[in-house]
Amino acid sequence: MPANRFNGFSEYGVGIGLRVPHYDHIFAEQPIVDWFEIISENYMVDGGRALEILDQILDRYRVVQHGVSMYFGSAQPADREHLKRLKTLTRRTKTPWLSDHLCWGSVDGRYTHDLLPMPYTFEAVRTTAARIREVQDFLEIPIAVENVSSYAEFHQSEMTEWEFLNEVVEAADCGILLDVNNIYVSSQNHGFDPFEYINSVPVERIAQIHVAGHSKFEKYTLDTHDHPVLDPVWGLYARAIERTGPTATLLEWDDNIPSFNEVHSEALKANQYLESSTPPAIPGAVVSSNVTEAVHP
Amino acid sequence: MNLLEFQRRMAEDVMRPLTPDFQMRPTMSDGSSTQARAESYIKPNDQLTSFERLEIYNRQYWFRVTEAVAEDYPALNALLGDTIFSRLILEYLKENPSTSFTLRNLGSKLPQWLEAHPEFANRRQDLTLDVARLEWAYVEAFDGASLSPLMASDFTFLTAESNLRLQPHLQLLDLKYPVDELVLAVHQETSRRDIMSNAVSERKQGSKVRLPKMRRSPIYLAIHRYENSVYYRRLDHEAFLLLIALQNGRPLGSALEAAFVQSSLSPEGQAAKIQEYFSHAAELGWFCKQAENEG
Ligand SMILES: [Fe+2]
Repeated sequence: MPANRFNGFSEYGVGIGLRVPHYDHIFAEQPIVDWFEIISENYMVDGGRALEILDQILDRYRVVQHGVSMYFGSAQPADREHLKRLKTLTRRTKTPWLSDHLCWGSVDGRYTHDLLPMPYTFEAVRTTAARIREVQDFLEIPIAVENVSSYAEFHQSEMTEWEFLNEVVEAADCGILLDVNNIYVSSQNHGFDPFEYINSVPVERIAQIHVAGHSKFEKYTLDTHDHPVLDPVWGLYARAIERTGPTATLLEWDDNIPSFNEVHSEALKANQYLESSTPPAIPGAVVSSNVTEAVHP
Repeated sequence: MNLLEFQRRMAEDVMRPLTPDFQMRPTMSDGSSTQARAESYIKPNDQLTSFERLEIYNRQYWFRVTEAVAEDYPALNALLGDTIFSRLILEYLKENPSTSFTLRNLGSKLPQWLEAHPEFANRRQDLTLDVARLEWAYVEAFDGASLSPLMASDFTFLTAESNLRLQPHLQLLDLKYPVDELVLAVHQETSRRDIMSNAVSERKQGSKVRLPKMRRSPIYLAIHRYENSVYYRRLDHEAFLLLIALQNGRPLGSALEAAFVQSSLSPEGQAAKIQEYFSHAAELGWFCKQAENEG
């Protein structure tokens, strides 16, 4: 959705992740970038260059916070120290919404630093939704949860991943950061139709979309974020935009990071879909022959 | 199996050490089969068995955490070589898994751990320890807190009873080798990256750098941040003792006594030294105001 209560009623366009190798270029060239996404954890430090750089970026650009360690799906309560530091950072960045993943990654105080998939059970829905509400209440800003790439499925699961996502966001009353690359990666690894996933997501809750590159291996597909977005992912993106209308979109490029211009121009490819979509979206509308092809592979 | 039991089981499996060639172990520590364990909760598909699916996460975990620690210790890597260094990091992490939401602190206990594990020091225990301590001090100086500094004009109000607080980012080390030269040489060849990212991890090997020869020759070092860059500044013994005493909370008068207790300098010489220390400290902003509730 263009502007909704899950993205702080903002209308952001295409952004890219703020990454160390691009700092020099950004300050020297001052390129026009609609917004930057930061990984919150890199700025939850006590001092130093990272925070000074962030302040300089905040003077010139719009910034949205994205986290990698909140673990909404963890069975145990959130770490208060983590929440306090995160809130301090949100006050600094004035992020209109905050995203993190629908996953777990720590137990009994031990952290895996991975985005581990959930068993899709009703117990997990209740636990995760309660945790999202707790974080949302504490931070006092809208939360969007992101679907992760996964490489395993569990016997315990009682529903599909998209049913689980829908149940959680309804119960938590939160937004969605729809990562269409993650949907693609998981669809390859688990053999489901990615369009069925995208078609079932409650569009009114979509705060933001991620696109990224992945790597295909002989027996599985890995979410590597280390090269351009592949065509099937743009196809899913087109369908998502067709459903939602123009939505804040971000390209993730986290490894083997090329020049700023290369990353930015890859991200700006999203504009061809955004510009031809009409807010509010008309489901099933044929917006251009290009997109139509991608939507009906 | 409820959600907590499920997560305990999977976390244990994901964090279980790999075989020496970075594969998932076929048996667990009690001798039972990892395959059976994986099948107990992970579905296979037409491409991968339950074991292989779990192995993706098991390997990812070890790549991620070893890479995070290795990035903080490039000079230690260069000193010990890739083989010993990789083994050292693995052994360290088996005993010191992450207990924080950020990877930033994962290597914090490595210098202390190395002291208890001389087998990794390649028969150069003191040198190895010095390098590890300096590299961790670099991390602390890099993003430690910086409080508003005392100005030279504030110094006129100091008395023997004054408590002076040092900047939290300022680290003090007494080292047996001049390892600042070695660490600088390596750090100039390696660039720092973000602490955490969304990307899956790959195994990376350290870069090759020609290391300066090290001969035993004690130095006292301040590692501090100035205008967002980390610097190493050699101190004389008295200055080091003074700063350590202040850092330990001793009032100024007693800290000065500690600094010069073994000094052969004349009272005038000592006064000149003190003048010099304070003017440097003011210039670099090393002293800061006490927090309100600390008095
Ligand atoms: Fe993502």
